[in-house]
Amino acid sequence: MPVDMVALEKAIKRAFEVTHLHIEDQSSGCGDNYAIILVSEAFEGKSTLARHRMINELLKDQIAQMHAFSQKTYTPKQWEELQAKK
Amino acid sequence: MFRPVLRSSSNLLRTATPSTALGSRLAAYRCLSQEARSKIERAVKEKPVVMFMKGTPAEPQCGFSRAAAQILDLQGVEPEKLQTYNVLADPELRDGIKEFSEWPTIPQIYVNGTFVGGCDILIGMHQSGELETLLENNGVIPKVEPSEDTAKSTAASS
Repeated sequence: MPVDMVALEKAIKRAFEVTHLHIEDQSSGCGDNYAIILVSEAFEGKSTLARHRMINELLKDQIAQMHAFSQKTYTPKQWEELQAKK
Repeated sequence: MFRPVLRSSSNLLRTATPSTALGSRLAAYRCLSQEARSKIERAVKEKPVVMFMKGTPAEPQCGFSRAAAQILDLQGVEPEKLQTYNVLADPELRDGIKEFSEWPTIPQIYVNGTFVGGCDILIGMHQSGELETLLENNGVIPKVEPSEDTAKSTAASS
């Protein structure tokens, strides 16, 4: 069963206070390879490992159906700093 | 050479799943058996750096495993300090390590028996300099003096 992008977005937005969310389907449409960028206050004070575990737990069922899943997690402050560098 | 510890996994699977009841077979499938768990526990401490990957560093079978292997190479992790396990060669390990680490994807990297993360985390830590610090603090790579460090990074970026 391919994972649909709208379902991913809904699941994330239901669980997180989202400042910025970018979901990219890297599988040319077959839905088994996603990369996400998520910016949220919820990551404040948490290590990258802890943040990734939060996402992994939330999207457990979807990730199990994918071939590949890649994530980047930032706090709003980190995200601003990153954008300023560009 | 790459999977000395987890060879007898098929025997283990057979003893852990009595053919009598479907329920117990399902239970064994869902939960990592104590035996499988203790094998993985030993495996993650096999060398200072342990990586569970698809393929081998010389012949990675997935872009994420390739990237992780390249980062460890860039960091100067000596081959004798690195143990890799090819999960494609061992289906039980492939599922077992995901459950053990509570991490859904491969590759997975351990330093001195502690789970560090997967490919995304390794890349992030490599870019921020955290990975170098972690490897230094764990005695995997030698600590570089600040002055030499500057010289080294200049040389590397030119």
